[in-house]
Amino acid sequence: MVITMNNTYSAVMDRRNEIMKKSVGIDYNNYEQDGIGFNYELMMNSHGYDIEKIKKIQNENMVGSTPLVELKNLTKYARKYAKKGYGARIFLKDEAANISGSFKARRAVLAVDKAKEQGYKGVIAATSGNYGAAVAALAAKAGLKCIIVQETFDSMNISQPEIAEKARKCEAFGAEVIQLSVGPELFYMFLKLLEETEYFNASLYSPYGIMGIETLGREIASEIYEKVGKFPEAVVITNAGGGNLTGTARGLRDFGATETKIIAASVNLYGLHMASDIDFNKKSFTTGHTGFGIPFATYPDRSDVPRSAARPLRYMDRYVMLNQGSVFFMTQALALLEGMERGPTGNISLAAAFSISQEMKEDEIIVVQETEYTGAGKHLLPQIAFAKRNRVEIEFGNPLDENPGKNIVFPIDGSYLKHEEISVDGLRKTYLKRFKDFNLTKNDYKFLSEELGVEINKVKELI
Amino acid sequence: MIDKGTYVRIRKILLNPNERSDNLPKETKQVPYKMWVKGYLLKEADLFDLVSIKTITGRTESGILKEVEPPYKHNYGDFVPELLKVTNIILSDVYGDNNE
Repeated sequence: MVITMNNTYSAVMDRRNEIMKKSVGIDYNNYEQDGIGFNYELMMNSHGYDIEKIKKIQNENMVGSTPLVELKNLTKYARKYAKKGYGARIFLKDEAANISGSFKARRAVLAVDKAKEQGYKGVIAATSGNYGAAVAALAAKAGLKCIIVQETFDSMNISQPEIAEKARKCEAFGAEVIQLSVGPELFYMFLKLLEETEYFNASLYSPYGIMGIETLGREIASEIYEKVGKFPEAVVITNAGGGNLTGTARGLRDFGATETKIIAASVNLYGLHMASDIDFNKKSFTTGHTGFGIPFATYPDRSDVPRSAARPLRYMDRYVMLNQGSVFFMTQALALLEGMERGPTGNISLAAAFSISQEMKEDEIIVVQETEYTGAGKHLLPQIAFAKRNRVEIEFGNPLDENPGKNIVFPIDGSYLKHEEISVDGLRKTYLKRFKDFNLTKNDYKFLSEELGVEINKVKELI
Repeated sequence: MIDKGTYVRIRKILLNPNERSDNLPKETKQVPYKMWVKGYLLKEADLFDLVSIKTITGRTESGILKEVEPPYKHNYGDFVPELLKVTNIILSDVYGDNNE
């Protein structure tokens, strides 16, 4: 007998919780507390993975232990614009060396391991980014089937070149790629596929999706310590969904680098609506931008699991943004001065480090914790050519005058490449907004203090 | 006529505008929500016919036949003269103007 499910938008969304529970293999109710909170550390530590086991799994899968390189020429370039005695040494973790070309392999490898261990036949991930390639590559290695669901094209059937390339890469690993037009209903299709296939939800936001990045933080701490005898003063982390920052910061902290400043960096896409069919192809960065970074920081549980393991405000000391022109500029500088051709999106934190290093003393160390692979579509040439075809003007001037969707402004020289600060207290206030009419208990305040990385008194002040 | 078993790409409307989420910008709400997916044609058909396919993971999907043996068309784009200017800026910042 064939049972036909009601697959209207609202019917599928109503089944969301039961579909999720079956597909992640985690009962999130186990971690809920009375009031607004849940036990985050219990959720992170209940899945049978310790650091040694994670390292072993990653090592066997060609994940992690990526080269850490000092960017001496870029450091020299940045020092040209710094006061005497200033200009921190810039180091870079070449995460493009992971099996699928980005740090996302660290996240995917544990999700795929868990799926295999629990007997799922395949894995599904909803992602237009490098995570798709990572899940597809590791599923291929584990002998599991794989479906990647991406937001790809607008109503005129025009694809973002960067996303077209990621689809190709997923297909290279034997994955099925479902390409969708612009809209948050991607989640609807994702749920329908989970229900139909009974595959594992390789969510970016499950504990597996975060624990895998902790090794990156640990490697940075230990390798810098080994090279220079101290932990780095700052690590810059590209921020979108918050997982990269959360995992790296946890790893640094666990290794003992508790004084290292955690700096988030995103591309400034203010003014472009992420669900707009018109704005979709006006942007030159499909991730690592403020359109994801800010909403996911201020409301982490908007993700595809009930309780996201990516909670960046717990760890973030600073948040800066860069314009698109500056990131492209720095992508070109990395190739010309350091001989490293890498994808633009992976260089957001590099552009931030170039500017921030100038505020730091020359014996201090700032680490850029990722790079990503590059190729047709996913490269500054096609991305800028595509912007021009979408009538985005290419200009030279002060990058801070860039108007996302209207123009891309390259710095007229390196001295113009500057970051802008996003107020972390402002983000904390936005986070707290939805609790302002709640009658909060002592436990709730304790939870909020952990969530926002501040003392209880400060929570009370902010709320 | 396109033979059964040919690898193709189909397009399907998943949600019509009135079935879409209410929480959308106007320009998105007024267009249908669409899907592209690739697979093997289950029966011979013509371009733009409503067809069924078997995807690489073995699922069956149906939709309008849009493309036969779909190639990857993304590339390195048109010539971008501005990037030469960026190159010149970086090299002259670092090595001075007389680096030819």
